[in-house]
Amino acid sequence: MTLTPVEPTIKSRPVYAPLEPRPGHLHLIIADGEGADAVTDMLAKTSDAGQLLASAHLMYCPGPNGTDLTERLRALGALQFFRAPTIPALLPRLKRVLVDAHMGSQFYLAGTEGLCGQAETAIMQTGFPASAIQKEHRGSTVRRVQCVHCKGITENVATDPFQCSHCGLSLFVRDHYSRRLAAFQGVNIDAEDPGDVPPSVVRFK
Amino acid sequence: MSVAKLQVRVEEVVPVNELITRFRFVSRNGAPLPAFSGGAHTVVEMEDHGTRRMNPYSLMSDPSDTRGYEISVRRDDQGRGGSLFMHRHVRPGMEMVISNPVNLFGLDTRAKKHLMIVGGIGITPFLSQTAQLARQGGQWEMHYAARNRALGAYMDRLTGAYGDRVHCYFDEEGDKIDLARLLATQPIGTHLYVCGPKGMIAWVLKTAAAMGWPPQALHSEEFIAPPTGAPFEVQLAASGKTITVGPAQSLLEAIEAAGVDAPYLCRGGACGQCETNVLRHEGEILHADHWLTDEEKASNCKIMPCVSRFAGKTLVLDR
Repeated sequence: MTLTPVEPTIKSRPVYAPLEPRPGHLHLIIADGEGADAVTDMLAKTSDAGQLLASAHLMYCPGPNGTDLTERLRALGALQFFRAPTIPALLPRLKRVLVDAHMGSQFYLAGTEGLCGQAETAIMQTGFPASAIQKEHRGSTVRRVQCVHCKGITENVATDPFQCSHCGLSLFVRDHYSRRLAAFQGVNIDAEDPGDVPPSVVRFK
Repeated sequence: MSVAKLQVRVEEVVPVNELITRFRFVSRNGAPLPAFSGGAHTVVEMEDHGTRRMNPYSLMSDPSDTRGYEISVRRDDQGRGGSLFMHRHVRPGMEMVISNPVNLFGLDTRAKKHLMIVGGIGITPFLSQTAQLARQGGQWEMHYAARNRALGAYMDRLTGAYGDRVHCYFDEEGDKIDLARLLATQPIGTHLYVCGPKGMIAWVLKTAAAMGWPPQALHSEEFIAPPTGAPFEVQLAASGKTITVGPAQSLLEAIEAAGVDAPYLCRGGACGQCETNVLRHEGEILHADHWLTDEEKASNCKIMPCVSRFAGKTLVLDR
């Protein structure tokens, strides 16, 4: 399992790169699902993984496809390890850690785009430059999508078009992405011809 | 020719200390000058007895003051003569031409906190930045080193206005900024700004990078004065001219003196605007800028004519 390939489309569509160890006094590693593999691959690149882990805070939750590599990450022996059942349960921990964090901290995000994006948004809100946050997409490609009409967010969208879980409109999933919301944009597909909705296809797995 | 020019009159010339003099420019027709943002600079044109000099200086006045712009100039007795001209010949009432403000050293207002590290005359962009922050709000802290108390320009003004946000250090009293401690204790989301002598900028940037500060949070500004050197000949392929660059002249100045239109903004090797393709060369390009990457410099396909020179037989530029 390696980095999930992303077709370059429009400029706003996030791109990802393999995690690289960088110098720092604190290593904040946030992962879900298969992102655990990206973490161990990153650690394999450093000459002294023990030293990095001795100043690492690792937060992990299972992926939307059920992949749960908790025990593998727990066994790494990071300074702090936290396992959350879901992304929404993980984020408050990250936000609390950011309150006391100092410059010289490194951020490593790995796993689904929903996890990487929401962690990135929380880190960005501190004023830390978004482009300095490392992100490696692994595992499930399901999307977190905002309905541009009702502003409701639907998690783990697999098909295109899909029905907004808030207002019920049929939405076309764009590559247009908002870093502020950590969501792709979904636009009503039958606005001009109500009822003329093409069949849904599974685009994200 | 790159940026619109402003027709100004010198309103005030104020000695600040034995090396630094402050100049205030106002528009000749009384109209407000364009607004700018903290950290911006202007290029001042000087007609120095037959030689046209164009030097960049940071704007140090409050960005909300559009009645005039202020700069502070440190006299460089070994320089090419721009600062000496400003000190010796510029008097109140004189009419001068300056460029519209350009900002290569702006505040990143997304930052949670701005950490400013200053050496000597490098204080000037921070004076406009702190004035901007005082108005807009924002957390900041300054560490300002000068050779001695007499040469610490504007220290009294800053400590008077901002109190313990400003920390002063004097080399002759043995003070040294405890950089490792300072950089280790900044809240996440802090951006660092450094302006001062070359050695200080390099020390700060290198230390911060080694401690894990990302380059995107590190901001620095250093205008390089064009170095002097042996004269050299250059062929300008696009305009079909061959020119000679004098010992105290920059390549950009020689191109302009030949009547060839060349782009520029900062004239100090920082902005990248004057980047020019090298078509052919037999000899060594003496790169002096901060713009080209080490790889680009090594490839010798590009030159920054504002500060870089050439030694050798032939240099052909796409200009």
